[in-house]
Order: sequence, then structure tokens, then C-alpha cells
Amino acid sequence: MSTLTKSTFVSGLFEALPNTFPSLRQMGKENFYVQGFPSLKDEEYKFTPIAKKLETSLTNFSSANPVIISAEQINKAVPAGFEGVVLAFSNGKYLPELSTSVEGLTVNFLSKNESTPIGSIAKAENDPFIALNQATFTDGLCISIEKKKEITLPILLLQFHQAKEGQVISPRIWIEAGDFAKASFIDYSISLDDAPYFVNKVVEIKGGIHTDLTYHSLQEENNQVIQVNALVTDIQQDSQFTSTQITLSGDLVRNNLTLNLLGSNAVGNMFGIYLLNGKTHVDNHTNVDHTFPHAESNELYKGILADQSRGVFNGKIFVRQAAQKTNAFQQNNNILLSEDAIINTKPQLEIWADDVKCSHGCTVGQLDEEALFYLQARGIDKTTARGLLLYAFAGEVLEKIELESLRTFITTKIQERLGSKF
Amino acid sequence: MLSIKNLHASIEGTPILRGINLEVKAGEVHAIMGPNGSGKSTLASVLAGREEYEVTEGEVLFQGKELLELSPEDRAREGVFLAFQYPIEIPGVSTTNFLRTALNQVREYRGLEPLDAVKFLSLMKEKMALVEIDQKLLSRSLNEGFSGGEKKRNEIFQMAMLEPVLSILDETDSGLDIDALRIVSNGVNKLKSENTATIVVTHYQRLLDYIVPDFVHVLYKGRIVKSGTKELALELEEKGYDWIKEEVDSTATV
Ligand SMILES: Nc1ncnc2c1ncn2[C@@H]1O[C@H](COP(=O)(O)OP(=O)(O)O)[C@@H](O)[C@H]1O
Ligand SMILES: [Mg+2]
Repeated sequence: MSTLTKSTFVSGLFEALPNTFPSLRQMGKENFYVQGFPSLKDEEYKFTPIAKKLETSLTNFSSANPVIISAEQINKAVPAGFEGVVLAFSNGKYLPELSTSVEGLTVNFLSKNESTPIGSIAKAENDPFIALNQATFTDGLCISIEKKKEITLPILLLQFHQAKEGQVISPRIWIEAGDFAKASFIDYSISLDDAPYFVNKVVEIKGGIHTDLTYHSLQEENNQVIQVNALVTDIQQDSQFTSTQITLSGDLVRNNLTLNLLGSNAVGNMFGIYLLNGKTHVDNHTNVDHTFPHAESNELYKGILADQSRGVFNGKIFVRQAAQKTNAFQQNNNILLSEDAIINTKPQLEIWADDVKCSHGCTVGQLDEEALFYLQARGIDKTTARGLLLYAFAGEVLEKIELESLRTFITTKIQERLGSKF
Repeated sequence: MLSIKNLHASIEGTPILRGINLEVKAGEVHAIMGPNGSGKSTLASVLAGREEYEVTEGEVLFQGKELLELSPEDRAREGVFLAFQYPIEIPGVSTTNFLRTALNQVREYRGLEPLDAVKFLSLMKEKMALVEIDQKLLSRSLNEGFSGGEKKRNEIFQMAMLEPVLSILDETDSGLDIDALRIVSNGVNKLKSENTATIVVTHYQRLLDYIVPDFVHVLYKGRIVKSGTKELALELEEKGYDWIKEEVDSTATV
């Protein structure tokens, strides 16, 4: 239990909320009370002092109201060359008048559809932040993809955030895809100013059988922002789910990714890049649960850490006894560009089946000085050469992004950050 | 063009080069030979600007400029090219990928317009033919899974693209079969002109049948202990280095 007085935080948050989801919120509250904020003694948070950070950074424990967003802000935020559906949000609230749609896609406020089984995949009893979100959220969005519908246009979730110092934003999204459906999402969060706030987001994804879903998340919020993101998905038989997590900034970011492989031939892919400078602290905790035979998981996270940034990677692979013939691969590679940057990386494998193929590896290194010299000896200035090498390092993950406009968008951002264009 | 005077260099406090003197004029080919570990690659690396080596004494003038004051990239832009003895692998970076950046930075330094993608490609085609290298190889990660010969050919290809004034070839011939040796030498010879110079570092006289040197120097224990014409290379081929070692070691005072 942390030093943070739960009552201060919680009571402030629970005041003056509209009367939506009363029982769900009550359960969330109870689950939060039982768990409390994790302390550094908590194994899952031992490198990420979230409670302390919340205590020192948040001064106004209340829910942030939506702010007004203009069509111009939307246009500015949408990646160049992007062709697809835009779903706009302000502090977690969906903005239908600024959003677009496509055949096969239905969106609905959660409050308009209270039978949505929120909390059935992202369970409040397992995670204090999911519990807190469930206790605090007032509305959210239910996104449905029709059965057998392959939506080729990407669906961009533009999440604008702006909150008075120390406020809390609790986005809640439920995605469901019917059997044989296919869709690709981009969750892009943007700060509208430089003030600190706390985003505590929960995304639940329920796929039918034989679905193909991709969820990209691009985190580029201001360097005062504290974030905890839970993405939990149930992957049924013959289905593929891919998560791509790109983190470029923030004060403290914790991403909790959980893939439940619930059928044979299910494939779960987890890719990520964290490109950190300043004092940004990013913690990626991933968890893949193999419960059926003949399923597969692939994981590749790459980190580039400069200045006094800190990264944490914890990849849990759980293979249950029934999950024979599982293939599970995990890689986490890091480059530290400064002596003050820190990475804590840990694979965590729990394998109860005997006939499985499982591999994992993590590396921590510096930039290859010999390669740098080689490029300089060809006439390339040091900064550009460095950028080329770092970009090549990250490239293995970028290549996995199938959406060209998104890949280009992210590539450009990464190249800008690495100080090199080519 | 290149004037090396009393060059001393050490690595981690150990002196490797112990007073090198060498004059290279435009249009000349110099061969530097010598037993393993005598400092040939060190000399090449120091000229190219590798920071691990500490120059403790001496100076190097290149076309009137203090070479040792320049960054590695500026040396390359001034026209120094080093074909590495052991070209490294760079995963995720292909030759095509970095060479256009390199060439355009070199061109910018020399006050030339950058080449657009089309012009770059046609220049590449021309130079590829020169060293008989395949475009597929150039779009793969640099040197990853390349054969020894492919690595060396790629070095000469880059040299052809960058059009250096002074080329330093560090054992470009080692590990090449006779066909590859002929192709590589042919490439080097075609790039020679009265305004450029070449330093070939080699172990074997064989290469010098193809790239004919004006001068041959023997480097031993960090010094040039003997200089001559191409006949010296033949003599070394026949007699080995022992006689030179004995000569030097018996008169050594330091
Ligand atoms: N990076 C290094 N660290 C330590 N010693 C080195 C390094 N590079 C070269 N040397 C030493 O310097 C000497 C000369 O090496 P080198 O220049 O590679 O010789 P050559 O090319 O003539 O075979 C050798 O004794 C070698 O062991
Ligand atoms: Mg050598």
C-alpha cells in the first residue's frame, strides 16, 4: 500500500460524477479500495514509482471535462496522406460531430448501450488502475465491426487531452469484432498544452473467431503527463491480433498489454518502440496467456534511451498445460545513448505444457562506434550517421507496420527525433 | 598531395606508429607492405580519422591542409577514401541507403548540386558495371552475409562513387580469387588519374602485378624501414620479411 492517501485521491475523483453505470462504478470503487495504488514493493511496479509520481504531480484530483476541439485541430493532427476513418475524442469523450464513419463500422456511446459487457475482459479485480478507471469513467465508446466485414480503411482514434493541473482523464473503449471481421486501429494521443495530467485508459477488445485486428498506439504527449494504459484482448481461434506500441514522450508512461489466446491457431503479435529522452520513464508490461494448443505469439520491442530516460520492459509469457504446440517468441533490444539512461528488462516465462517452442532474449548495448566511424569515413556527418544507425535499429519494428501512411508518419517522427532525414 | 612527417600514434598508451615519413604526389601509386602487426592498418586508420588512435607526434598535410585536424567526415569530403581491411556489417543499413546521403554530403562540401534519385541511380549503374557488382547486393544490409570478395568489391564500388583524391586500399586483395582480384584492380586502375593518388596496403606481391606501384615501402614495427620500386616487392615475395627484420632488429637502438 502506498503513502498516497487513497481517500484524498478517490473522494475528489468520485465527487459530482453523472449517474451513469452506478453498479459498475461501485464495483470498480470497491476493487480499487481492496488493491490500492501499487507501491515499489509490488513486484509488478518495482521500477515504476507510480504512486509517488501521482502524489507529487497531481494537485487537483478531479475528472477533467472535455474541452472544445475544432475541425482545424483535427486536420492538423491527422497524419499527412492518411485515408481512413477518424474518431475524435476530447479528454476521453467521443465527439460524433467531428468524426467520420464507414460501412460495417458502428460506434455508440457506452451510456447509450449499457448492456455492453465492459469489465468482462479488462477485469477490475486484477488491476488497481482498471478498477480506478471503472470507478471513475462516466462514458466511453463502443466500436463494433460487423461480422465478415473487412474494413480496409484504418480507423484513427484521435485522443485530445487537456486538463487543468493534476486532473484525471479516464478514457474507456470497448471494441468488438464479429466473426471473420478485419480492422486496423490507430490510437493517437495528443496533448493540447504542457500541463501535467493523469490519463488512465482502458481498452477492451473482443474479437470473434477468424478475425484479424491490429491496434497501433502512438504516444506523444507532453513531458509532464502520467499515463497508465491497459489494453486487454480476447483472441479467439484462427484469429490474429497485433499490437504496435510507439512511445515518444511523456513523464511516466505505463503500458499494460494483455493478450488472451483463447483458441487454436490464434496468433498474438506485440511490437513496440520506445524512443526516450529527457527524464521520460516508460514501462511496458506485456502479458500473453496461451490457453489452447497450436497458438503463437511474437513479441519484439526495441528501445532507444537518451539523457536520463528510463525504460522498463517486462514480458510475461504464460503457457498453460493444455497449450501444447505453442510457439512463443520474445525479443527486447535496447540501445543506451547516455550513461545516465537506464533500462530494466526482464522476460518472465511460465510454461506448464511440455511440447512448446519458446524463445526469448534481451540485449542492452551502445551505439556501434565502428559502424559510426565507417559511415563518417564515407563523408556522412556524425549526427546523420547516428540517426541512420538508430533508425536501422528501430526499422525492424517499423517494418511490421503494414499501413503505409502510418509507417511513413511514424518514420518521419522518429527520423526527426534522431536528427536525421534521408 | 600527402605529406606525412614523423607520425607517431598509439592505442591505449601502446605506441604503434613510431615515426612514419611518407610523401605521395598526385598521379602516384605507393604500395605499403610489411609483416602482420607492423602498423599498416593503424596508419590507414589514423589517416582516415579513427578516434581510438592517439596521435602523439608528427603532422600530416593533405593538399596543404592539416589532415589530423579534420573530422573523419571532412577528410572523406576532402577526398580521402579508405577501403577497409575488414569492412563491418551494419544491419538494417544498405549501401544504396547510406551512399546517397554520403555522396550528397560530399558534393555539398565540394560546392556541387545534390544528385536527385534518378541521377544517383544512373551513376550507380555506371559504377556498378565497373566493379561488376549486383544491385541486389547494394540494397541488402551492408556486408551482412556477403562473401569476402563481395565485401571488397563493395568497398571499391563506394570508392568509385565518391571519386576520392587519395585512395587507401587496406589489404583489398586478401581473400580474393584471381577473377575478383582482376575485377577489383581493374576498377582501381580505371579510377586512377594524374590528379589522384593511391596507397595500396598489401601482404602479397600478386596484387602489384595488376596495380603497378611507383614506390614500395616496407613498414615494420611502426616505421618505414625500406623503400624502393616495384622490384622490392618481388624481392620480398621471394625472400620473405626475415632479412629485413634481421637488418632492422640488429641495428635497432630504441
Ligand atoms: N584496437 C586495437 N587495440 C589494441 N591493439 C591494437 C589495436 N589495433 C591494432 N593494434 C595493435 O597494433 C599493432 C599493429 O596493428 P595493425 O595496424 O593492424 O597491423 P597490420 O595492419 O600491419 O597487420 C598490432 O600489434 C596490433 O595488435
Ligand atoms: Mg592490417
